[in-house]
Amino acid sequence: MTTNSSPKLQVEFTEPPLPARPGKFKVAMRELWRSPFSAKLGILIVLAYIFVAIFAPWLTPYGESEIVGGPFELWGEKYPLGTDNLGRDMLTRLLYGARNTIGIALITTLLAFFIGGITGILAAILGGWADQIMSRIVDVLMAIPSLIFSLLLLTIFGTSIPVLIIIIAVLDSTRVFRLARAVSLNVVVMDYVEAARLRGEGLGWITLREVLPNIMPPLVAEFGLRFCFVFLTIAGLSFLGLGIQPPTADWGSMVRDNATLISYGDITPLLPAGAIALLTVGVNFIVDWFLQKTSGLKDGQ
Amino acid sequence: MANNTPAANDENDVLLEMRNLRIDGMRDDQWHEIVKGIDLTLHRGEVLGLIGESGAGKSTLGIAAMGYVKPGCRFSGGSITFDGIDMLTASEDKKQALRGMRIAYVAQSAAASFNPAHKLIDQFAEIPVQHHKSNKADAYADAKDLYGKLMLPDPEHIGFRYPHQVSGGQLQRAMTAMGMSCRPDLIIFDEPTTALDVTTQVEVLVTMKDIVEKFNTAAIYITHDLAVVAQMADRIMVLRHGELVEEAPTRIMLTNPKQDYTKSLWAVRSFRKTPTPPSTDITPIISVQHVTAAYGMLDILHDISFDLHRGKTVSVVGESGSGKSTTARVITGLLPPRLGQVLFQGKALPPDYRNRSKDQLRQVQMIYQMADTAINPRQRIRDIIGRPLAFYLGLDSKQVEARTRELLDMIELNPNQFIDRFPSELSGGQKQRVCIARALAAEPTCIICDEVTSALDQLVAEGILRLLDRLQRELNLAYMFITHDLATVEAISDEVVVMFKGKIVEQGTKHDIFSPPYPEYTEKLLSSVPQMDPNWMKNLVAQRGPIR
Repeated sequence: MTTNSSPKLQVEFTEPPLPARPGKFKVAMRELWRSPFSAKLGILIVLAYIFVAIFAPWLTPYGESEIVGGPFELWGEKYPLGTDNLGRDMLTRLLYGARNTIGIALITTLLAFFIGGITGILAAILGGWADQIMSRIVDVLMAIPSLIFSLLLLTIFGTSIPVLIIIIAVLDSTRVFRLARAVSLNVVVMDYVEAARLRGEGLGWITLREVLPNIMPPLVAEFGLRFCFVFLTIAGLSFLGLGIQPPTADWGSMVRDNATLISYGDITPLLPAGAIALLTVGVNFIVDWFLQKTSGLKDGQ
Repeated sequence: MANNTPAANDENDVLLEMRNLRIDGMRDDQWHEIVKGIDLTLHRGEVLGLIGESGAGKSTLGIAAMGYVKPGCRFSGGSITFDGIDMLTASEDKKQALRGMRIAYVAQSAAASFNPAHKLIDQFAEIPVQHHKSNKADAYADAKDLYGKLMLPDPEHIGFRYPHQVSGGQLQRAMTAMGMSCRPDLIIFDEPTTALDVTTQVEVLVTMKDIVEKFNTAAIYITHDLAVVAQMADRIMVLRHGELVEEAPTRIMLTNPKQDYTKSLWAVRSFRKTPTPPSTDITPIISVQHVTAAYGMLDILHDISFDLHRGKTVSVVGESGSGKSTTARVITGLLPPRLGQVLFQGKALPPDYRNRSKDQLRQVQMIYQMADTAINPRQRIRDIIGRPLAFYLGLDSKQVEARTRELLDMIELNPNQFIDRFPSELSGGQKQRVCIARALAAEPTCIICDEVTSALDQLVAEGILRLLDRLQRELNLAYMFITHDLATVEAISDEVVVMFKGKIVEQGTKHDIFSPPYPEYTEKLLSSVPQMDPNWMKNLVAQRGPIR
């Protein structure tokens, strides 16, 4: 450097300092306030479900599987939504059902994402034979219709809740694997991943620190959708009698148990189905909003 | 450009006029002014050069001439008049009829602007046919004529190729032909040669200038390269932060700039590394010995040998595809060579990086061309720079923090301001500095710089070169500097390796390379670097003959 009258330095430093970064919570609240109506509605619905799931025992005087009256009693003061085929209070069952169905669906989805996410990222990083083997196994699993496959596995391993969770999680993780692998492939070609490899970083660091943070948005969006599907699968299996076993309250089996009422023009059996539908819609509203935010698309573009 | 601005004196011949133009851009959910009251007058047949760093508002101004702003921007004041039509109040239909017909636009990346699914000539014919200016057969004939005028090889048939079947320089010329398809009054060139090699750039420039003169089209030429604008423009406007800094006819502007900022732009290419005495150590840090490397069955490198010494810079130059970056991949161990070996301080390095020890990996660091993709956007600066410290040197979190601050100081960024930022909150030059800091954190003896300045504005690039030079002297580092820009080579190197199609065509000290006699390829490379002299291109064409 001959003379140090570099004009460059002034150029780069004349830029004013950034304003203090607002706190994460504040940013989140501001985003929430500005979110579209549908997203607010979705959040409200999900919060209401969570509230009900947590406080179910305090919201109703009856026990989950307590027989309190005659079978198929009508809506009235004592039983707001009547009783079911065994004389259990319908409203109580509905509230406890939120607890069981949502709780199990959440655990299953988390497990599916843990398995599918990690293996998907690994397949993208390792490439070659490891990728081929993992992808082909997933292809085989995906080739069999998942409902039939889970019915088959449930009859082999028996219908306990842990078995149910593991089977659905493994079958669902194939979809997560596909997504995680696809989005990771775009990240692993980045120079910063190459830099990490050349630094000598291990697989764990590259997976969790370099790749995972960069594929979070699509994964979170997928999480919302997957949660709905898992939820529907559980309800479906329960309806077929292979899901959550009685006397545990569950929306799917509640529909089945009381289905006969439909023939008499009573809409009570539709209520659990409606609860499922409403939650699905609510979650999807949130996912839509989140996708729009993270994909960088704004209204009118 | 013997006769400077022929139309400039004729006041009645104004084609485009902007008065006190203001444009706002949306950032962080707020409107910021990005063009701050600019006056611009363009006469028929005149070429106006717009020059400035990125963010100066030159592209925004260029497309504003079409009455258009990018999404997220808006016109907030002033007026634009194109040949008597008020572009700000004209209906969208009316503007649509002007675009393509009377105003054409040639974008920076022709590859991204062409539809890959259609033949060149069909895309050429689309606008004239759609605007009912001519029928398809006439448009085809015209296209062939223009392809010929733009010196494209085989003008009769080249139009029937798809965009991926022609080279980058040819594509840019085909794009220019497309712009000229309706014989517009005004053509806007937005950095049309920035993505091209020097040798290709010359061909494109010559033909563009030629065709603009032939049809007496007015043009706005947007670029950040002064030497290029000196060849193309009759008049130059220097922009900075959305304001006009200076405006003058090209020759006056080049010889006698008035503003300090303009002078600093002009002085950019003056940086030269202080010559250092020849290296005294006998064992080179890195010695590349007879390396032949291949992707699959295809040999990319043929028998490459050169040495890197402490405190010295070896520049590797050549056009794209010459094997420069592949050489770097062999040294770092990403691509094990088919034959030959790489020695580190006299000992052979394992060919594959996975077999190298942590210490061997630490010694050779890499800085990438695109700082954007070289640092993880989800990590803070403290984590990016701190990781090598913890990983290689085993420092605890307190030591890491202290050393990170030291490194930020070293790369001339204020630690308090920058340590907690994310990469997206940094400018391009600042990101490249962070990459340098990350490389330094490992305390290496050798750094491979892969085109580190080619994605940056000249002023910022100059700052990076000065920084690298200072660090080299302070830390006695060896650099392997990969670039296609000969100005950079001249500025920073001690020794030069010229590569062409995977072979070394010439190597030696900077003095040897830059003094005659030159081998044929070096000669071509050297003569293709645009000079500030406005007559340079004309002389070159006279010397080389017509370009094909």
